[in-house]
Amino acid sequence: MRSKKNDLRVSNASFSYIGGFSLNHINLFVPDGQMVGLLGPNGSGKTTLLKLATGVLVPSAGDVLIGERSLKKLLRREVARQIAVVPQELNIPFAYTVEEVVMLGRTPFLRGLARESKRDRQIVAGVLEITGMAGFRGRYFNELSGGERQKVVVAMALAQEPAILLLDEPTSHLDISHQMEILELLRRFNREKKVTIVAAMHDLNLAALFFERLVLLGRGLVFADGSPDEVITGEIIQKVFSAKVEIARHPKTAVPQIVLLPDNPSSFY
Amino acid sequence: MLLHKVGIYSNTAGWQAAQESILFQVRLPRVLGAVLVGAALSTAGVLFQGLFRNPMADPYIIGTAAGAAFGATLAMLLPLSLVFYGFGLVPMAAFLGALGSVLLVYRLARFGGKAPIISMLLAGFVTSSFLVAIVMLLLTMSDRLGLRIQQVFSFLMGGISVTYWQQIAVIAPLVVLGIAAAMFFAVHLNAFAIGEEGAAYLGIDVEREKMIILGIGALLTACAVSIGGLIGFVGLIIPHAMRLILGPDHRLLIPASALTGAAFLVIADLLARTLLSPAEIPVGVLTALIGAPFFLYLLRRSRREYAF
Repeated sequence: MRSKKNDLRVSNASFSYIGGFSLNHINLFVPDGQMVGLLGPNGSGKTTLLKLATGVLVPSAGDVLIGERSLKKLLRREVARQIAVVPQELNIPFAYTVEEVVMLGRTPFLRGLARESKRDRQIVAGVLEITGMAGFRGRYFNELSGGERQKVVVAMALAQEPAILLLDEPTSHLDISHQMEILELLRRFNREKKVTIVAAMHDLNLAALFFERLVLLGRGLVFADGSPDEVITGEIIQKVFSAKVEIARHPKTAVPQIVLLPDNPSSFY
Repeated sequence: MLLHKVGIYSNTAGWQAAQESILFQVRLPRVLGAVLVGAALSTAGVLFQGLFRNPMADPYIIGTAAGAAFGATLAMLLPLSLVFYGFGLVPMAAFLGALGSVLLVYRLARFGGKAPIISMLLAGFVTSSFLVAIVMLLLTMSDRLGLRIQQVFSFLMGGISVTYWQQIAVIAPLVVLGIAAAMFFAVHLNAFAIGEEGAAYLGIDVEREKMIILGIGALLTACAVSIGGLIGFVGLIIPHAMRLILGPDHRLLIPASALTGAAFLVIADLLARTLLSPAEIPVGVLTALIGAPFFLYLLRRSRREYAF
């Protein structure tokens, strides 16, 4: 059942960094349970928009709400019990094991000196199982490959049992099998656990393949918003990315897939 | 003698009044002083290493040492002698200098409601360099200023100096309170390991907690310098050794470091008093002499600890 209290609403929000880039009057409504891909060229504001949605950046105008409640009025701990985030990069300078990292996801539910409860341990064991990292639980996080680390970070975010999961380019730097694995995992969580997912995506073709709704940012504005068919069109992509492309169809699912066109194709032969 | 005092064991003829006086007025306060300084420095070290995500951080990293040295040196310049709750002017000035410099560093690093860790490290470094330069300048002019240079050096080298029980009575509750408060932030310090941004996503009010943890660490360090001067390496290697043995969970790390730090400094102080007896080695020199090789040994064998 869709629950209105987990709807995410960015309402007329603006934000500018000192002396630089700004987002202007962004409106974005993500109903509970949706899976949204956030697209846009480098510097188009994907990360900034995600940070506004997590509450670590506060909009200079407008508001961000979960259900009826403004993020500004919630404690960080309350936000973290509803929204989990997989940031672009995560380094740990100390020797944490995989299990210890995933257990950090339970932080918003622990108080003061409290030890983690049996329930916390069950949740951690559960997400380790689901993400396929159960066999790695005693390994050191720092010694894992990029793809394995990313799965651990996703597991940590899932251990928060969030209603909304935000991810900042979760598949960049990963090889294709890990890319697929991560996105399959997200889709499964979205369908089975009804977790709302908003992910900034670099790869347009992967985004078209996995997300029901795509939101395309360009120069700090929402440029297009709709199904892959509505957003991934030759005209829109060329305008926003200023790259020449042709749109093909995925042979199995028929979603649009872009093919890049170099300036002088004949020179390749 | 101790057993007799607490009434467990009765033996009235076994010692002389002078011995009793030495034990209770000189030795015991000093041992307790070492316990407090060791525990305070090690706990502050754990806090700063965890908060700054930097295994090289120590209690002095954000200007406490330079601030304390500056305060102490100034105090030695002043011609007055003042005793307040058993504290002379020098320990008081060291205490205030340590706290003041952290406050200054924090203010310098804070911009737009945020005090990023990297700014704090840089501000700490610059502030320390500046204060150390002033101390050096004062030392150079010590003749003209009538500065008791020997005293300054003994402060800089570090040594437990407890002359009155009152000092223990003031410092002990502060240190105990500081360690208890640190324990309360143990779970959140674990989360700080994934960085300030990540910690925020795990529900931590980063700027607020950073300020509080910094305050606790600064208070503990200030307590330590006020009765121990600048004792190096304890706050660096004890948290390290504990992290190697027990892992990175601050719920274990904080109490374990406090206890081990206390024990380590009691032993170091004992050796400092007895090795070249009747001369006394400054305990700060001794901890660095033991600490530096031990630290290098850890550095060589614990590749894992520093892997990014």
